[in-house]
Amino acid sequence: MLQALMPLLVDGLANAALIFFVAVGLSLVFSVLRILNVAHGSFYAIGAYASVSLSLWIVSAGLSPWLTLPALAVSAAIVAAILGPAVERGFLRWTYGRPESLQILVTFALFLIFEDLQKLVFGVQSLYQDAPVQLFGTSEIGGILYLNYQLVLIALAVLVVVALRLLMSYTRFGKLMVAVVADPEVSQALGIDTRRVYMAAFTLGVFLAAFGGALASPTVGVAPGTGPEAIVLAFAVAAIGGLGQIEGAALAALVVGVVRVLAIYFAPEFEAVVPYLVMLAVLLVRPYGLFGSVRVRRI
Amino acid sequence: MPIVVLAVLAALVALLPAAVPWLRFVFIITIASGFAALGVAVLLRAGLISIGHALFYAVGAYAVAFLMRATGTTDLFLLLAAAVVVSGLAGLVVGAFMVRYRAIFFAMLNLAVSMVVFSLLSKLYGLTGGSDGMRVATPTLVGSALDREAFNAVFLYVVIGLFVAAGILVQLYFRSPMGEALAAVETNEVRLEYLGVSVRGVLLSAYVLSAMLAGLGGAIAGIAIGHVVPEMAYWTESGHFVLVAVLGGIAGPAGPFIGAIFLEVLRTLASGFAAETWNLVVGVALLLVIFFLPEGLYGIGAKLFRRRGAQ
Repeated sequence: MLQALMPLLVDGLANAALIFFVAVGLSLVFSVLRILNVAHGSFYAIGAYASVSLSLWIVSAGLSPWLTLPALAVSAAIVAAILGPAVERGFLRWTYGRPESLQILVTFALFLIFEDLQKLVFGVQSLYQDAPVQLFGTSEIGGILYLNYQLVLIALAVLVVVALRLLMSYTRFGKLMVAVVADPEVSQALGIDTRRVYMAAFTLGVFLAAFGGALASPTVGVAPGTGPEAIVLAFAVAAIGGLGQIEGAALAALVVGVVRVLAIYFAPEFEAVVPYLVMLAVLLVRPYGLFGSVRVRRI
Repeated sequence: MPIVVLAVLAALVALLPAAVPWLRFVFIITIASGFAALGVAVLLRAGLISIGHALFYAVGAYAVAFLMRATGTTDLFLLLAAAVVVSGLAGLVVGAFMVRYRAIFFAMLNLAVSMVVFSLLSKLYGLTGGSDGMRVATPTLVGSALDREAFNAVFLYVVIGLFVAAGILVQLYFRSPMGEALAAVETNEVRLEYLGVSVRGVLLSAYVLSAMLAGLGGAIAGIAIGHVVPEMAYWTESGHFVLVAVLGGIAGPAGPFIGAIFLEVLRTLASGFAAETWNLVVGVALLLVIFFLPEGLYGIGAKLFRRRGAQ
């Protein structure tokens, strides 16, 4: 059975790694801005579109295919640098402190706008460029062929977990962010430029989502509908882990990835349901997620 | 006042399609999403936002399809009543679990449950026809079988009657102690508990009511289209219901219907010059309403009325 499960497991974990990028960005944005960003999945899709377009251009211009690797990160960075500050400064900041239903609606409106903008800019056909996957090739372990690219994805996700933890705990920016999460008003009174922290945190979130999309594009391509699918999965993973928890999101992505593999093996028709069932089961027992903490009720 | 607005709206809706027959179908679908949006609006009154009410919309629609296939029932009123009962029961089961949660978690759990149902509806080919969905035949009216055209003509007026009745009932509910307690949940639910009111009971009854309204909307849509598909439960559909509710305003039961009609008019206008960018137009309209008309379209209308009344 293990023999049959291993390729599925690698597949499931590579998938989980991609969802982790989106979920952790969503979680980060929620913990700092206190906004559940429905448009977050759009950044994933836009990142994928940007990276595919850039890679297609690199290949058609006859440049070295190795350039498509940095292109993955560069396209995500460009998307984040443009959209992050624009969305946060232009729209989200007007909703701080307003009711949650209103914040969710603003981001839903942004989601609708992004959906159509993607179609206008990138067209409605599915785009695909797998140069990065080809470059890494395959390796044979125990008689089974694995795509090295998938192993790279898993390693990258682990790297990002560690990097985010280090960023939060040991850098000036990370500490400022933690302070703002704990108490925005006191942070402001102490002289922290909270507006900048909000903008930077949101941009980092956008980057993580766009990077996830960029990394996914060589394996599955990108087409309309990518954004809406990514965001519901990210919601589930972020909620399982506990909103605002980096390690929580990682663990949740891992759980969802593994359970999904088991579902594919034993009951393939239920594979798509798994993330939500895990979410329901976890939230039934721990209403604030695996790593979440209870907020005090106001009187 | 809301009753007057409802009556004027109903008259308008009733007269227009009589003059322009092809508008009938459009109006029926508009009112169907108005019902679902009204369901969402009931919960919004308690400050709870559900991004999963398409679940009950789909439950209502599939209830009609299953009942037709399993028992051969074709009577319109029986089908609608069954859909309301089934979605009410679904609301009771899901709601018993949901009312423990607030804010983001309420929104996300509703989303999760609706996505589970969406996946099941599209995967269980044997039972639900998978992503092809199920066909719904034209129902009979009190024993007489009509062709599509004639049926839609009558169906429209049935739907308008239901919409006025539902509007009045919801208005009465909002004014009742239960309804007032619902609004108080948003203001301060802990104080409400100190007063001896069961917040759980208040929310659960609101949840069941909202599920029934959404289910009725789904049943109407399923019958009008003649086909039910899993996409009726997809989360973007839920988002649209919330959008319609907020666009119209949640101050009174007429709000969601105004929102639905406004959206339909916008869609008709947009299809002329910007069919490809329909979502973009809606998104921009929604942002404009949120930032500049925070009470929704209905709120603006009500304010104008009040001012005129004061002078």
